[in-house]
Amino acid sequence: MHLFRHPSVAAPKDLVSSVLRSPDMLFQFSTAEWDMLVRQARSAGLLARIHNVLTQHKMVEVIPAEARWHFESAVTLAIKQQLAVRWEVEQIRAALGGLDCPLVVLKGAAYVTAQLPAARGRLFNDIDILVPRNLLNQAEAALMLAGWHTTGLSPYDERYYRRWMHEIPPMQHLHRASVIDVHHAILPDTARYFPDPQKLLNRIVPAGDDMPGVYVFSAEDRILHSATHLFHDGELPHGLRDLTDLDLLLRHEAGTPLFWPRLVARAEELQLGRSLYYALRYTQYFLDTPIPPTVWHDLRSVTPNAVLLSIMDSIFTRVLAPAHASCDDAFSSIARQAAYVRAHWLRMPAHLLIPHLIHKAFISPYLDDSTPKPA
Amino acid sequence: MKLQQLSAADLRKQLAGEGVWLRTGPFSLRIRSQLPRIAEGLSDLYGQFEVRNSSQAFADFHITLNPPTRLRRWFRPQVGFSFDGNQPFKALPLDQAYPMMEWGLNWCVSMHAHQYLIIHAAVVEKNGLAVILPAPPGSGKSTLTAGLVLSGWRLLSDELTLIDRKTGMIHALPRPVSLKNQSIEVIRQFSPEAFINRAAHDTLKGTVAHMRPPKSSVQRQHEPARPGWVIFPKWRANAGTLLTPRSKAQTFMFLAQNAFNYSHLGTDGFRVGTALIEQVGCYDFQYSQLHEAIAAFNRLADTPTQDALV
Repeated sequence: MHLFRHPSVAAPKDLVSSVLRSPDMLFQFSTAEWDMLVRQARSAGLLARIHNVLTQHKMVEVIPAEARWHFESAVTLAIKQQLAVRWEVEQIRAALGGLDCPLVVLKGAAYVTAQLPAARGRLFNDIDILVPRNLLNQAEAALMLAGWHTTGLSPYDERYYRRWMHEIPPMQHLHRASVIDVHHAILPDTARYFPDPQKLLNRIVPAGDDMPGVYVFSAEDRILHSATHLFHDGELPHGLRDLTDLDLLLRHEAGTPLFWPRLVARAEELQLGRSLYYALRYTQYFLDTPIPPTVWHDLRSVTPNAVLLSIMDSIFTRVLAPAHASCDDAFSSIARQAAYVRAHWLRMPAHLLIPHLIHKAFISPYLDDSTPKPA
Repeated sequence: MKLQQLSAADLRKQLAGEGVWLRTGPFSLRIRSQLPRIAEGLSDLYGQFEVRNSSQAFADFHITLNPPTRLRRWFRPQVGFSFDGNQPFKALPLDQAYPMMEWGLNWCVSMHAHQYLIIHAAVVEKNGLAVILPAPPGSGKSTLTAGLVLSGWRLLSDELTLIDRKTGMIHALPRPVSLKNQSIEVIRQFSPEAFINRAAHDTLKGTVAHMRPPKSSVQRQHEPARPGWVIFPKWRANAGTLLTPRSKAQTFMFLAQNAFNYSHLGTDGFRVGTALIEQVGCYDFQYSQLHEAIAAFNRLADTPTQDALV
């Protein structure tokens, strides 16, 4: 059962994914449409990525003069961030040099260090690394010695992270302000599905010759991690950017023999089949990612029933659109709340979830007005 | 069409509805607000700037200034600044709506316009050469800037020095000049022709008001200027007027530290910064009398060739 786009494709609201699917439409863009594209793309963190796509299509000239600097500025920032990420990863590797484990970088930092197409034009908020749980305390102490410190969270959030999460609170460098998320698993222990981190660590690969001592997940695991993150995270301010990561990762691997059956088999082994199903469904919906029909057949055991699927479609076609008012409809706000509750539902059982949501709704807002990373 | 050609009623109506499209230097803005203070501030200070029908035009920055919630309308009313739906700042008391718009616009430029090396400094021009005035708050930078532009110097900007990365030229962004505390009265005394808008009190920076940019500076806002000098002003009570040369290396380090986006530009930031330093004269400048300070600047502008020898 395929998910068809809204019939009003002639006048789409989400210009960013429309342009990523068919850049040629830019030749017909009005001034007002360019205005809206820049705004939506900035909100989605995709200005640099669109510029990249246009460069590949030799279409940069289509950008009108008045709009061009917005894209070029974002490219400037993306290039600088990639250099900074490589440099920070080198600092992290040096800081953790005494630990008896390889340094595994995740998500964006993995795409950059492994020089994957998904790195191009990507903007960063933080650097994610994975450390075996038994070395977590040592890793945190070593990072603190090197200048990274836990940022100002409320005592509740701090406890929540330490007790229930698959990562410790974000650590920020005193001078450089770079932020590291230190994970010991890709999902919380309390989650419905808990892929054994050791299984992921067993298949890590070196990031590249120019980054000795730095490792990334295998191709399949990278994709599954990205998918899991999208469909287990409560808030998705960069949902569409993360989908474009997935799209680029999938297109990059699609030519490898047996890639698709291996991906499906690995998803089942790690209990992440459902996440993979949704990831493929929505990358195809938003970005026309080519997915062989056999993959849908192979995923039939994890395919949700028609009712659940239509509910999920109505949620995720909204929350994964650019986080810009022009992409919202009357149901977007409800869809965001539903995605938030669903993500938490998947991450912890009811006896933990309900007190947590009550705290978040009624107590946290009155304790302080800082907005730390949502837990 | 210039903003002053809009009637007060039209301006308010557009601000409350589709928004007013306004060009300031290289940037176009679309401003929306229901607040009378924003309409008043724009009509007081932006009369000479170009406006257009906002529905068809491309705007670089879409900003809104409105009360953050309905509840606060009566009880300690506030104003929130929104950059296309995002709120980068906490709400402020309603009295500070106009300065908040100016601060918000500075934020928009310094966070996004990486086609420039953006230095936190005032910049004015005479005879084709620009003087960059970087200085920490309290050094009398704004007072000196206001005094200079009221004495025939062209205002390029009072906060943001925009250095084009391709050409090294300085682009003008002649928005209103921000004046704080005593400098408001100093400038009123200095020139009765200066128009200074209604002051906002008890802001983070004390009492703040804005001076309308000279008409000629706005008319020439698309004309870039060549960097001539970097001068660090320092107002000191009863001090004599004194211009002393200063190390180029130190000046470069200060500019790099006080640029909003130096590190974002990577090696290009270094290239643009060193190219700038190589072609300018660098000075420390102390003064207590505004008239004397302006006379010293005029002498400098009239003898630019000597400066190359310093």
